Amino acid sequence: MEKDKFSVRDLDLYYGSNHALKKINLQIPERAVTALIGPSGCGKSSFLRCLNRMNDFIPGCSVSGKVELDGSDIYDANTDLINLRRRVGMVFQRPNPFPMSIFDNVAYGPRLHGDRDRNTLRDIVEESLRVSALWGEVRDILHTPALALSGGQQQRLCIARAVAVQPEVLLMDEPTSALDPMATARIEELVRELRTRYTVVIVTHNMQQAARISDTTDFFLSGEMVESGPTQQMFTSPRDKRTEDYITGRFG
Amino acid sequence: MSGARKSKDRTATIMLWLVMALTCGMLALILAFLVSKGWSVLSWEFLTKKPRSMMTAGGISTPIVGTLQLVLVSMGFAFPVGVFTAVYLVEYARDDWFTRALRLAVRSLAGVPSVVFGLFGLSFFVIFMGFDPSLLSAGLTLGCLALPVIVGASESALLAVPRDYRDASYALGATQWQTIRKVVLPAAFPSIITGAILSVGRVAGETAPIIFTGAAFFAPRFAKSIFDQVMALPYHVLILATAGTNIEKTRPIQYGTVLVLLFFVLGMTMTGVLWRARLRIRQRAQR
Repeated sequence: MEKDKFSVRDLDLYYGSNHALKKINLQIPERAVTALIGPSGCGKSSFLRCLNRMNDFIPGCSVSGKVELDGSDIYDANTDLINLRRRVGMVFQRPNPFPMSIFDNVAYGPRLHGDRDRNTLRDIVEESLRVSALWGEVRDILHTPALALSGGQQQRLCIARAVAVQPEVLLMDEPTSALDPMATARIEELVRELRTRYTVVIVTHNMQQAARISDTTDFFLSGEMVESGPTQQMFTSPRDKRTEDYITGRFG
Repeated sequence: MSGARKSKDRTATIMLWLVMALTCGMLALILAFLVSKGWSVLSWEFLTKKPRSMMTAGGISTPIVGTLQLVLVSMGFAFPVGVFTAVYLVEYARDDWFTRALRLAVRSLAGVPSVVFGLFGLSFFVIFMGFDPSLLSAGLTLGCLALPVIVGASESALLAVPRDYRDASYALGATQWQTIRKVVLPAAFPSIITGAILSVGRVAGETAPIIFTGAAFFAPRFAKSIFDQVMALPYHVLILATAGTNIEKTRPIQYGTVLVLLFFVLGMTMTGVLWRARLRIRQRAQR
């Protein structure tokens, strides 16, 4: 945890006239798991989508402030969005594999960026599926439809798909909220392993999950970032009264 | 329940049943009538031989092939244009007055009587573009007729592609066009094809749009080029019914032709409907 991957300064986000994020300032450490927690509608998912500019697609959404990735502002007019999203991958709330084969799902990203060689693609697919701990289960059914997999497998496939373009950061938007406890446990285990290679930012509703898997936790409330700190400290001795109320289950 | 309410309920049930029976009965009656009149002339010869002796004998292979050619030309034009119009409307167009006007225009096009398309084809393709009455002019005119159907079907197919797929693609660094070409269109394609098949049924049965634009009263051979005129099944029926000089001999041929056309159109419609049903089942199974 020597370096910050993202450095966010005075970030404001509006949906039309709705002020959804207010003057957010925070650092996201490299090669560590950062959990964003807070009640529904607090802005944690909106914040996550600022980090790869997926909010650009939402009509009426405007952002001001700075989001620096390795020191350069991704909201700069010269930002190459394709390159940004290649460096900052994303896994969504609901598993969303494409209606194609397992292989084609994982190879989708590399193909977009020009990888055509069959052997290279095969290596990338195998490596990505190994990283996402799915290889053993699907090695013999690579060319069958991805939608035939179970929900948990689909989500690990989505992680493999994101990993296949060799990102530096993985954003995860409540990746286990649609999964059963067994599948959730596997994804959590995977997230712990991923941080040796990637910077992981995970939005979660589940405080136990944040406590189990993250190194740093940021608590959001009504569009503000209330408290940020090492997960250990946050869950044992929160500085802010609101954080304490939330993690002790008094609301949310 | 009181007696009056019970009897009202019974009456309603009986009335609805009768109306339903009437609808089905009409269809059955038409089919039975056509089959009884035309079945006897149906044979391999009838389908594969050209008309002879002033169309009082022989088969109907030239109008069958002509109709297939017209369908091909019209779809060759309307399918790509319709699909890409829908892609524009759904994926690129902003929701402003221009887009809404465009959408309204496409919807209204579907309600325009087919003879108006015929007159448009005559003045635009035949005269203005100088294509003369030909397979090309008639095919393009029929294509215009099919366009709103294909645009409508493609629009709803594209709208039905989950937002999730697009998000996933963009998040991997895809451009808009890559996302459309590799994810959105393939996912929407089965429903788009279904819409196109249904429009083929409509195109094949139309007479008015082709009368002035390229349907031949009689052609001794198949069209070899898109600038030749063609015979077509619906127009052949019209000719036999109105311009025949030897009614006893042409009438069975006329009913035979109607039957062939009907089987073709019904076949296309059934294929479209069954395909759609199968897709729905498969999509449900994937969820």
